[in-house]
Amino acid sequence: MMQKGLLNVKKIRKDFPILKRQLDSGKPLIYLDNAATTQKPLAVINAIHDYYMNYNSNIHRAVHQLAEEATAAYESTRQKVAKFINARSTDEIVFTRNTTEAINLVAYAWGRANIGKGDKIVITEIEHHSNIVPWQILTQEKGAKLEYIGVDDSGYLKMDQYQKHLDSKKVKLVSVSQMSNVLGTITPVNDIIKMSHERGIPVLIDGAQSVPHMPVDVQKMDCDFLAFSAHKMLGPTGVGILYVKREILENMPPFIGGGDMIKEVHKYETRYNDLPYKFEGGTPNIADVIGFAAAIDYLNNIGMDRVRDHEIDITRYALDRIGGVKGVTIYGPPNPMDRGGVVSFNIGDIHPHDLATIMNDHGIAIRSGHHCAQVLMERLDVAATSRASFYIYNTKEEVDALIGALDEARRLFKI
Amino acid sequence: MSDDIYREIILDHYRNPRNKGKMPNADVSIHDSNPLCGDEIDIHMKIEDDKIRDIKFEGRGCAISQASASMLTEMVMNKQLTSVKDLTKDDILENIGLTNLGPARIKCALLSLKVLKLGMVKYYADRDPTSAKKLAEDSRAL
Repeated sequence: MMQKGLLNVKKIRKDFPILKRQLDSGKPLIYLDNAATTQKPLAVINAIHDYYMNYNSNIHRAVHQLAEEATAAYESTRQKVAKFINARSTDEIVFTRNTTEAINLVAYAWGRANIGKGDKIVITEIEHHSNIVPWQILTQEKGAKLEYIGVDDSGYLKMDQYQKHLDSKKVKLVSVSQMSNVLGTITPVNDIIKMSHERGIPVLIDGAQSVPHMPVDVQKMDCDFLAFSAHKMLGPTGVGILYVKREILENMPPFIGGGDMIKEVHKYETRYNDLPYKFEGGTPNIADVIGFAAAIDYLNNIGMDRVRDHEIDITRYALDRIGGVKGVTIYGPPNPMDRGGVVSFNIGDIHPHDLATIMNDHGIAIRSGHHCAQVLMERLDVAATSRASFYIYNTKEEVDALIGALDEARRLFKI
Repeated sequence: MSDDIYREIILDHYRNPRNKGKMPNADVSIHDSNPLCGDEIDIHMKIEDDKIRDIKFEGRGCAISQASASMLTEMVMNKQLTSVKDLTKDDILENIGLTNLGPARIKCALLSLKVLKLGMVKYYADRDPTSAKKLAEDSRAL
């Protein structure tokens, strides 16, 4: 049953065993590093435990009972994923290790067959390294060109630059994050896709930050590829998802060759398996895919609209409180409606790693560094930032504790 | 705990680093970074008769990495390489007064020593391959 209204965070917190933990500092854990990975509810931990305790087996091959149960559970996650993002069919859902591997799969399998000399691939300055490096490798190999859509000082994409790239008529792929892992910027993917499709150019959406935090509908958005990770949405590590429109996937050469991705193998030729198995070579991460189903159930039970509303609420509060601290610079869109639950900032001349050490004394886990977005760091002209990122179990009291720790940092650094 | 780390002397070296800057005619220049943190250090040296006649560093990063680099340059200025090449992790941590850093932050404190050792690897490469090899091993272990 889907619930209504504001989240009952107190009740939600009880489902996450790790939140009861005391740290070496003697402080309770305040976990504000959700953009890196989220914590796991007991239901997910139990689902993995149950698989290993009761029906551990390889999938898709053996006919014994354990294999049937494991295959059914593994494939039921695929159905849940398809429904969660509103894909037309489970044939369009490929399991990978993570978002990075999902994007690399596209670069390797689709890219090598479709990108040639002089072609252009368009990405943006806000991309995570996982949506930059695969395209650098591909364009260098093919003699193609990588182009960037710039970002303005408030963290919004410069759409006029996008228009210019499209007008050059050489663009063969657009690959854009739907939500920046540093600035929180929610990008105008609907416009980006519409403009691109008018010219017949496919679009890959990096949904690593968006899918866990807001409703995402691949049919409405009409993206051609969508990549995201289970571990950023209550699920286990080691499970990534690649959605590809069937008509594109049907024409894609395989990625990893080996077992499970084949129908018949002869001495010098192979008939590949049906979709989506053609793209899942080797024994997959069965236990964690099965665990991911419990995470999807958990999020569905809350409702992604309510997840988003909760994060707007806490982000608005955090922007207001952190912005009120003397010496603080906040990066990204000022309007919480335009951003996800991610607040990156710097304070005086305190390096983010020093700040994170001081936060850790207070039991507060924040991320510090370049967040795998060095291109954006160069654009912002900073070496690193501190980043607090929120999820369904975070409270305004935790934001208050962060402010207290920032005051302590100011005292130590005499700011 | 942070009170023990961010003492006056660390903040002083962070904000007023000693021997920081470029060195146009350096005999040895070397760069390395800490991928975990993104801390970066360049070390430049003038070496005469196996003695460090001048040393400068450039870099950016956290207070620990930059203060540690600043203090290291003072520590080795005008010293014989024979005494510098055997500097250990503990020598550095004692020198900067940070002996109970966690594993993530120790890397910050030791980056400058790592770069210094890599610089000496370069210097010794032809002159004394055995020392160069040992220094390379030492730097990898830091």
